Amino acid sequence: MSHPDVTTESKPVRLLLIAGAGLIMAGLLLLPLLAVFIEALRKGWEVFFVSLRDEAALSAVTLTLTAAAISVPLNTLFGVAAAWAVTKFRFKGRALLVSLIDLPFAVSPVIAGLVWVLMFGSHGWFGQWLLASDIKIIFALPGIIIATMFVTFPFVARELIPLMESQGSDQEEAAITLGAGGWQIFRRVTLPNIKWGLLYGVLLCNARAMGEFGAVSVVSGHIRGETNTLPLHVEVLYNEYQFSAAFACATLLALLALVTLGVKSAIEHFTDHSRSVL
Amino acid sequence: MHQRRVIPGFGLSLGFTLIYLSVLILIPLAALFLKAAGLGWQEWWNLLVSARVLAAAKLTFGASAAAAALSSVLGTIVTWVLVRYRFPGRRLMDAMIDLPFALPTAVAGITLTTIYAPNGWVGAYLAQFGIKAAYSPLGVFIALTFVGFPFVVRTLQPVLEDFTKDTEEAAAMLGAGRWVTVRRVVLPMMLPALITGFTLAFARAIGEYGSVIFISGNLPMKTEILPLLIVSQLEQFNVPAAAVIASAMLIVSFMLLFSINLLQRWLDWRHR
Amino acid sequence: MHAHLHLIRALPRITRPLAAIALLGLAACHSKTADKRHTLLNVSYDPTREFYADVNKAFSAEWERQHGQKPELKQSHAGSGKQARAVIDGLEADVVTLALAGDIDSVAKAGLLSADWAAKLPHHSAPYTSTIVFVVRKGNPKGIKDWGDLIGEGVQVITPNPKTSGGARWNYLAAWAWAEKHFGGDPAKVRDYISHLLRNVPVLDSGARAATTTFAQREIGDVFLSWENEACLIEKEFPGKVAIVYPSLSILAEPPVAVVDANVQKHGTQALALAYLEFLYTDAAQQLAAKHFYRPRSAAVACSLPAMELVTVDQHFGGWATAQKAHFDDGGTFDQLYGSKP
Repeated sequence: MSHPDVTTESKPVRLLLIAGAGLIMAGLLLLPLLAVFIEALRKGWEVFFVSLRDEAALSAVTLTLTAAAISVPLNTLFGVAAAWAVTKFRFKGRALLVSLIDLPFAVSPVIAGLVWVLMFGSHGWFGQWLLASDIKIIFALPGIIIATMFVTFPFVARELIPLMESQGSDQEEAAITLGAGGWQIFRRVTLPNIKWGLLYGVLLCNARAMGEFGAVSVVSGHIRGETNTLPLHVEVLYNEYQFSAAFACATLLALLALVTLGVKSAIEHFTDHSRSVL
Repeated sequence: MHQRRVIPGFGLSLGFTLIYLSVLILIPLAALFLKAAGLGWQEWWNLLVSARVLAAAKLTFGASAAAAALSSVLGTIVTWVLVRYRFPGRRLMDAMIDLPFALPTAVAGITLTTIYAPNGWVGAYLAQFGIKAAYSPLGVFIALTFVGFPFVVRTLQPVLEDFTKDTEEAAAMLGAGRWVTVRRVVLPMMLPALITGFTLAFARAIGEYGSVIFISGNLPMKTEILPLLIVSQLEQFNVPAAAVIASAMLIVSFMLLFSINLLQRWLDWRHR
Repeated sequence: MHAHLHLIRALPRITRPLAAIALLGLAACHSKTADKRHTLLNVSYDPTREFYADVNKAFSAEWERQHGQKPELKQSHAGSGKQARAVIDGLEADVVTLALAGDIDSVAKAGLLSADWAAKLPHHSAPYTSTIVFVVRKGNPKGIKDWGDLIGEGVQVITPNPKTSGGARWNYLAAWAWAEKHFGGDPAKVRDYISHLLRNVPVLDSGARAATTTFAQREIGDVFLSWENEACLIEKEFPGKVAIVYPSLSILAEPPVAVVDANVQKHGTQALALAYLEFLYTDAAQQLAAKHFYRPRSAAVACSLPAMELVTVDQHFGGWATAQKAHFDDGGTFDQLYGSKP
C-alpha cells in the first residue's frame, strides 16, 4: 500500500510549479536566445554568411581569439599558483589574500577599463614613458588583453581554492615521503585530482574573456579591422543599421555560450561537481 | 604549523600570486583612488551629491535591488523545481540557468532591446497597455534581472540539495500542512542562502554595463546608470570626476563583497 | 627573439607554453615600425562611416598611382567627443576628422597639434559642410514644420546628448539660434523654449548613430534632429517611412579635419596625412561628399541639397570655445535647462 509522500506537494501544485519554472526559463532566458538566431536569419542565410565572411568580422574573431589565448592561460597559471599557495600552506594574511582575489568580481567592467587608462593613457602614470619608448598599450592589443585579464582574473582561482581545500594535502605529503620533487608532485598527484575543476574554471574564464564588452570598450579605440573585438564589432554593426549582420556576429557569441554551457554541464555530470557561476 | 611546509613551492607560488595580484589588480586600483584623491573632500562631496550623480545612483541601486529581489523570487521557484521534482527536460533547464552568465553582455543588450522595444516582440504587446519597457527604468530592471538570475539559483541549489527531509517529515507528523511546513520550516532554512544569492545578484547588477546601455536609452536624470555616467564623464575629458564616481562605486561594491563573505562564513558555520 | 627561445628551453617543460605566451604578449607591445609610413589612422565621428569608406578607396588608388605603394588606411568611428578623448589619451590618430572644431581644439590643448590648426587648410579646415534638419514620420502626422513646432504638447523629439555627441551640439545651437531670432533675443524666452524642447526628449543617446537607431529602427519619437547627411541616409535606408523637413533657419555645420602633428612625426606619415586631407578638397572627393549628402565646398560639384538660411557659430556664438563654455561645459546652459521643472 502506498501512502502519500508528506514531504512533497500535491500533484497539481507540483505541475503548477514546474509550469511556472518553465515559463520563467522560457521568458527570461530562452526568448533572448531565440531572438538572436531569428534576427540573424531574418534576411536569409546568404546575408548571414556574407556578414560572417566580412573582413572586419574575421579580424574581430581573430582578435577575440588572440586576446583569450593570451589572457586565459596567464590567469590559469595564476589561479593554480594562488590555489597552491592558499590551500597547501597556512600563513598570515591568508584570508585577506582570498578576499583580494575576489575583488575584480565587485568591480564594474567600466572601472576595469578606466584603471588602465589612468595607468597607461598618455596622461596616466606611465603615459610619458610609454610614449617616449614607443610602446602602445591602450588602444592596442596589449590594452585589450590586460583589460580582459583584469575582468577574468578570479575565475580559475575561485574554482580551485575550495576544491583543493577539500582534498587536503595528504597525497602530496605521501608523495614527498616517497621522494618525489615539487614538479613531479604537482604533475602526478595534484593535477590529476584537480583536472576537472581546472577545466571548469578555464571554461568560465574563457567564456567571460571572449564576451567582455565594457572594459574592452573603454580601452579599444575602435579601429575597424584592428582593435574591435567580436562584442565591439557587434555594437559597431548595430550602429550601422546592419542589424542582421550584427545579430549574425552575435550568433557566434551565443554559440560560444551554448558550447560553454554544454561542456560545463558535461563536467558537472561526470564529476558530480557542484554547479556554480562563481 | 611549520611542519606543513614540507610541501615545496611556498615561496614560488605565493610570490607569483602576490606579484600578479599587485600588478594586475592592486596597483591599477591604487591609481584610480589616487586620481580621485587629487580632488579635495569638498569637491568629492559636491560631485557625489550633484543631482545627476544622485539620480544615477538612485536608479543603479534601486533597479539593482528590485531586480535582485525579482531574481530571488523567480530563482527560488526554479531552484525548488530543479532540486525537488523530476520531469523531462530537467537537465536542459539546469544547464540553461547559466546562459546570462555565458552570453556576452553586448549580445544580451541588443537582444533584450530588440525584444522589448516598442516595435519588438514583447514590447509591442506591452505598448498596447501603455507600458514602456525599453528606454525606461523598467528596461534597466529587465536587463538586470536577466544578469542576476543565475547567481540566485546557483547559490540556493547546493543548499537545497543538502537539506535532509527529516525536519519536513517531523513537521508533517506534528500535523502541519505542506504549505505551513514550507513557510515555517523550509523557507527559514533557505533564508541565509537566499540572502547571499540576493547580495551576489545585487552586486553584479550594480556594475553591469553592456546589457544596460542598449536598453536604457541613457537619459540623464532618468535612465542613466552610474557606470554609464563614468564613461560619459570620461568622454567629456573629466577624468577626475570619473575617478571619483568610480571610487565611490568601488567602495560600495567592496562593502557588499565583504558582507557576502561574512554571510557565506555564517552560512558555512550554520551548515556544520 | 632567438635569445628568448633559449630561455624558454631552459624552463621546465610545463611552463614552456606559458612563457611563449608571455613572449607573444611582449612582442605585441612593441608596435611595428616597418610599414608605418604607409599606414594612416583616421579617427572620425559617427555618421561619416560610409563617406570615408568611399574616400579611402579613391585616395588609396590615387596614392598608389603616384607613389607605387598602396597605403593602409584605417578608420575609427564613435561619438566625436569620445574620439577626441581617445586621441588625447593616446589613440595614435594620424588625422582627425571630427564633428566640430571644439573637439579638435581639445586635442590641440593637449599639445598634439598646434592651436592654429584651422588655418592650415582652406575654408578653416572644413572641406565639406552640413546642417541640421528634421526627420519626421511618413506623412508628418504631427505637422512639424519649424523649430516652434517641436515644443508642442506630446511631440517627442529625438536628439543625442550634447555632452558626448558633436551632432547634438549643432542641434542645440541651431535651436538656440532660431529661438534668439524668433523671440527677438529675449534671453528668458530663449531659455524657456530650450527647456521646453529638452522636456520633449524621451531618449538621449550618446552618439548620433545610436539616436538614429532609436528613431528609425525602434520607431521612437515624432521628430529626429539630425545631420542632413544622416537624414538623407535614413530616407534611403527606410524608404517611405520617414520624410525630411527643412526648418526656416538652421546652422552651418562645419566638420573640420586636421593632421595630428605629434603622431605623424612619430610615424613619419606627414606626407601621407597631408595628402589625405588635401585630397578631400579635390573634385573627386567633393563628389563623394555630395554623393553622401554633405554640402561640397567646390563650386564645380553639383549639390542637390536645397539652399537654406544658415547661421555660423563664429558669427552667432562667437566661435566654438565661447559656445562650448557657455552651453556645454559643466554648469553651462544645457546643465541648467535639462531637467528643469516647468
